[in-house]
Amino acid sequence: MTDPILQIAGLNAYYKDFQALYSLEMHLMQGEVLAIIGANGAGKTTLMRAISGLMANGADQVRYRGQPIGALRADQVAMLGIAVVPEGRQLFPSLSVEENLLIGGRMGRKGPWSLNSVFDLFPILKECRAVPSTSLSGGQQQMVAIGRALMSNPDLILFDEISLGLAPVIIKSIYDALPVIVSEGMSAMIVEQDISKALSVSDRAYCLQEGRVSLESTSADVSRAAISQAYFGIA
Amino acid sequence: MRVTRTSSAASIAVIVGTIILIALIAAPWWAGRADMRLLGEIFLYLALASLWNLMAGYAGLVSVGQQAYVGFGGYMLFALTIFGGLPPLVAIAGAGVLGALIAVPVALLIFRLRGAYFAIGTWVMAEVFRLIFAQVSALGGGSGSSLPVDIVRSMAEGRDAREALSYWLALGIAVVVIAAVYLYLRSRQGLALTAIRDNELAAASLGIDIWRTKFVVYVVTGALTAMVGALIFLQKLRISPDAAFSVNDWTAFVIFIVVIGGIGTIEGPIIGTLVFFALRETLSDLGTVYLMVLGLVAIIVMLKAPKGIWGLVRARFDLQLFPLGYRVIQNKTDKD
Amino acid sequence: MDWVNAIVQGTLLGGLYALFAAGLSLIFGVMRLVNIAHGDLIVLAAYLGLTVVMATGLHPLLALVFVVPTMATIGYILQRGILNFTLGDDLLPPLLVTFGLSVIIQNGLLEMYSADPQKMNAGALETASFAMGSLSLGVLPVLTFAIAVVVIAGLQWMFYHTAIGRAFRAVSDNQDIAQLMGLNKRHIFGLAMALALGVTAIAGILLGIRTSFDPSVGGGRLIFGFEAVIIGGLGNLWGTLAGGVILGVAQTIGAKIDPGWQILAGHIAFLIVLAVRPQGLFPRVSG
Repeated sequence: MTDPILQIAGLNAYYKDFQALYSLEMHLMQGEVLAIIGANGAGKTTLMRAISGLMANGADQVRYRGQPIGALRADQVAMLGIAVVPEGRQLFPSLSVEENLLIGGRMGRKGPWSLNSVFDLFPILKECRAVPSTSLSGGQQQMVAIGRALMSNPDLILFDEISLGLAPVIIKSIYDALPVIVSEGMSAMIVEQDISKALSVSDRAYCLQEGRVSLESTSADVSRAAISQAYFGIA
Repeated sequence: MRVTRTSSAASIAVIVGTIILIALIAAPWWAGRADMRLLGEIFLYLALASLWNLMAGYAGLVSVGQQAYVGFGGYMLFALTIFGGLPPLVAIAGAGVLGALIAVPVALLIFRLRGAYFAIGTWVMAEVFRLIFAQVSALGGGSGSSLPVDIVRSMAEGRDAREALSYWLALGIAVVVIAAVYLYLRSRQGLALTAIRDNELAAASLGIDIWRTKFVVYVVTGALTAMVGALIFLQKLRISPDAAFSVNDWTAFVIFIVVIGGIGTIEGPIIGTLVFFALRETLSDLGTVYLMVLGLVAIIVMLKAPKGIWGLVRARFDLQLFPLGYRVIQNKTDKD
Repeated sequence: MDWVNAIVQGTLLGGLYALFAAGLSLIFGVMRLVNIAHGDLIVLAAYLGLTVVMATGLHPLLALVFVVPTMATIGYILQRGILNFTLGDDLLPPLLVTFGLSVIIQNGLLEMYSADPQKMNAGALETASFAMGSLSLGVLPVLTFAIAVVVIAGLQWMFYHTAIGRAFRAVSDNQDIAQLMGLNKRHIFGLAMALALGVTAIAGILLGIRTSFDPSVGGGRLIFGFEAVIIGGLGNLWGTLAGGVILGVAQTIGAKIDPGWQILAGHIAFLIVLAVRPQGLFPRVSG
């Protein structure tokens, strides 16, 4: 296999006096889909913030294609080709659906994704392209959030809790779209509380518990018992 | 382990403070006329700064329009003595009462503005006051008027006695204001205020009526500021709309004092006042450059040391001269 | 007829107030910053115009070619060098830092230009007028109003139809997520301040042609701009123009009753709006 696209080494993260991550070690290979599972408060969202640059870290604690990016600002990280589908969608309320997508594509990175290909992936968005993003349903908003991230033609895409608060049928349709997205050679990291969904689409998984990696395994081989041990710290 | 409010620094502060206060009360017997005038001015600025600090540093009400109450108080002193025939001392108290009364409708209006817009709203109010008083021809209109000699004479026999009285009044209001702020912040109401400052949402969920708490602070501050204003113009003996409602004299300088000394602490305005007057007495010959330096210092302090000089001192020595917070003392027998 | 005339003149005056307000409104909209030094920056632009006019002999309106880019540059540097460091949850730092800036600008101007009132000479433009029915309209006030309409229409177009406008709105909505889109918020804020001071430059030049000015008049301009913003309703640029017009009309009507009442009447109109409709007359409808 090739070198990892993302390498996390000795990552510590703090909120004032509270330490959320403890010398985290993990890696993500080129083209791989990685699942990060764990209970609430295990540090999953903190990890996302640390990678995307919303939280400052030591430069060497996060490496992207060998380059230290841990100390970069979020906009600099984004420029390198790392996109985020944030928890809770977080669309821009004063922008229309189309404008939300366009702002995702403003960096002008080359690649397969454009307004048209996003509309092909989620046809419903084309119909409501001119409406304010806040008037959409939760599932449609999630599609916009995914489309917005794709518009930057990232090499690595981070999905943060994309099934949270959505109806099962919507979750299914969004997860059905995932293979299409990652088939383009994109690497992906999926943070998810829905363990079976996360394992079904990923190659490999890490489980976090209280800011530490409690399990690392290929997604196909991991046993239920190992997960509950890693998830709750009980056998 | 025990929990206490006092500390040895605070006990020493009480002793030293008492000695200084006694010396200051005795100033008419040891200080020259010019020194006493300067001290009087210092006390009045100290009072204004402590009041502004209570609003901005504790209640989150950042006003750039406190000159409204300074000027209002000054004009009320003139109006109540000249037209009401009241003795000046009664008129000063009257200015306080009227200041509170006028603060109520003002607060009802400008409390509709949030944050920084509230600040500019207070400035509009001060301008309204200025323009209205400039229209009152009985008080000299735009050019202002002087306090009649017989009213000044009625205060005390002889110039020395008058100056001493005016000095004591200034010292008195400064002590009263600082004591009032201190006792208020230690009271239940004051705790509510601190809770609001620390976290408005959490305070509201604890059942603290934020609007009412801020309203009370605003009105009381207005009353006391009006009394300080009356004293300022009792010293000056002359009033005009531009002097009475000057944003530079009664707000800009006061803000610098509080910011430089340390906003949100009782000690801050005291330190700030001393620094401000030390700078003024040494640099004021520079005129406008002095004011630019003042502005620059305030910006640097706000960016680099937002808790001001007192904040720096406290971070280094863990001092609190006016004990507001509680501290936990480890007994010798407790294990670390 | 006198009253109609007062209302028309007040409306035209409102254009100038809307220009005072536009920069204030823009900055608040993008970064929730209220700039206490805004009025002093207007006056600074007037002095820059005066300096250009005196040095080159250009017509004051042509001086805009120099003053607008200069003020925009000052705005960008000011934002990146100082103001960006004051932004956050705490309200005090931006307020007190811009207050300090106000004092510095005011006294800096006093030091350089003295307290003597100055005025820019726009030649025949100042006195030119034309008849409309039985009304006589000054060319300068009409031009000022037209410029205000063009500026506000331009800002409106920029906000809703260009990539930079989209970026302004995105950063205003959610700074963190906007950063994830590759937007450097510090740079975007710098651009917003540059744009705001560009508009301020236009306001300053028109102020300096219309009336005499001295270093101390900034506070008053800030207040007029602020009143126009609040009367019109936050976050609505056309509302700001309407707010400026209402303020201008109130002032001219006040002045008609008694010359001493001009400014006071404007403040009273503002307070009435605050009492009756605190959200302003035309608040932004969401979406």
